[in-house]
Amino acid sequence: MSWKVEWRNLLVMVAVFMGCFYLPIGHPRFDKAMLEAFHLVKWYAQEHVLLCLIPAFFIAGAIAVFVSQAAVMKYLGAGANKILAYGVASVSGTILAVCSCTILPLFAGIHRMGAGLGPAIAFLYSGPAINVLAIVLTARILGPELGIARAVGAVVFSIVIGLLMAFIFRKEEKTKAALPMAIPEEEVKRPLGQTALYFAAMVGILVFANWGASQESSGLWAAIYHAKWLITSFFSVAFAVMLVLWFAVPVWKVGATAAVVALLALIFPGQPIIAFTAGFIGLSLITSLSQGETSEWFTATWGFAKQILPLLLIGVFVAGALLGRVGEEGLIPNAWVAGAVGGNSLAANFFASFAGAFMYFATLTEVPILQGLIGAGMGKGPALALLLAGPALSLPNMLVIRSVIGNKKTAVFVALVIVMATISGMIFGTFF
Amino acid sequence: MKIQILGPGCPKCKQLAEAAENAAREMGLDYELVKVTDLNEIMSFGVMMTPGLAVDGEVKSVGKLLSAGQIKALLK
Repeated sequence: MSWKVEWRNLLVMVAVFMGCFYLPIGHPRFDKAMLEAFHLVKWYAQEHVLLCLIPAFFIAGAIAVFVSQAAVMKYLGAGANKILAYGVASVSGTILAVCSCTILPLFAGIHRMGAGLGPAIAFLYSGPAINVLAIVLTARILGPELGIARAVGAVVFSIVIGLLMAFIFRKEEKTKAALPMAIPEEEVKRPLGQTALYFAAMVGILVFANWGASQESSGLWAAIYHAKWLITSFFSVAFAVMLVLWFAVPVWKVGATAAVVALLALIFPGQPIIAFTAGFIGLSLITSLSQGETSEWFTATWGFAKQILPLLLIGVFVAGALLGRVGEEGLIPNAWVAGAVGGNSLAANFFASFAGAFMYFATLTEVPILQGLIGAGMGKGPALALLLAGPALSLPNMLVIRSVIGNKKTAVFVALVIVMATISGMIFGTFF
Repeated sequence: MKIQILGPGCPKCKQLAEAAENAAREMGLDYELVKVTDLNEIMSFGVMMTPGLAVDGEVKSVGKLLSAGQIKALLK
């Protein structure tokens, strides 16, 4: 027995044992929190995975495979037009930042080899907030206002913060010699118009399949809601035709899938989700068993699903246990949440920004956590503040940023993010 | 030869390293696989889209998860 090696195991065992020994089962608050956690996980599984997350994964995969990242990077290169560079940097997160682990290398790259500190900072700040998965999930779960406010706030403030950083450090930046950038030459496989229509069809499917019921019983929104599966089918047919025409998918494969989907839609007219799911199973089979681009597309999609789903589910469970569903209470009393970040005071907004900046959120888990916080009494302003400061910064990524741009710039950046997130939270909270 | 995998340690970088390892072993090459995870070092290759693959310091592929077959073609 060598204690030098085994002490860790012993420590773990003691910790687990103590946890079991004092497991607070039977304590009403704990029991309730566990129930809440399972309720929330169930609700996510029923409401969000099939209709919303799966199509979103396919779109994210398609962005990674079919959109040329090199083409975007041209606008962020060393010789790029400065004004254009800020604009592109602030919105290119949608295309470049589908995975959170690509943001930091790109940030360092734009800083060292490309358009410089300002655009790099703009990219770093907006990237995590405007990637497709984040926007879709925020809008779906926290409501369209917060979803749009998050995207718009991230883009606008990324430019402001980028410009401020470039201005504050304007002297140091001039002396920096740009390194050459390694960008692969990519062959153009299809006209831009085709790619655009292809994405439009996929986004159409995602948006209309998730169209929520409106409060009024008549009018345009209600009419769209009633026809939502018809519209979704229209986009799906268009999508299937494009797969055959432009992506060289054999007609019989697409035809067979379409036949099964149509059949299921006729058999279960009350449960369109069955036909919808069958369609995605068909698409997965077609793409995963093919060669070339479509196979790469599935691989990318599968990669996102594998990476994000488990973390998201754990995040949902933890959020449910700590905060409960909307209107229910978890381990943390609602009064604490309302006291810290309720209303729209300066202190509440600042606290939310500050906590968000240092806290680490695994990809997308900020959404269930915020949902819990809002249900427990968090104001809309502080919610936006946390959404803006949260995913852009965390203690671990501050350390990486520090190694790229140094202590002083990192400190200024963190301070700017907290201040800007607080301000945007205050503004949003005043109007909504 | 020296095969370098450039990436901060995301799942894709690990997969690329695995694929490269397989490819090199199947070809019976005398190789050394190095994972470059430090961001500043990755930048010194001029690579910003990860994972990247370099052979003897020369960047061969950027931002793509290559299959073992594709890597074989690059190692020739």
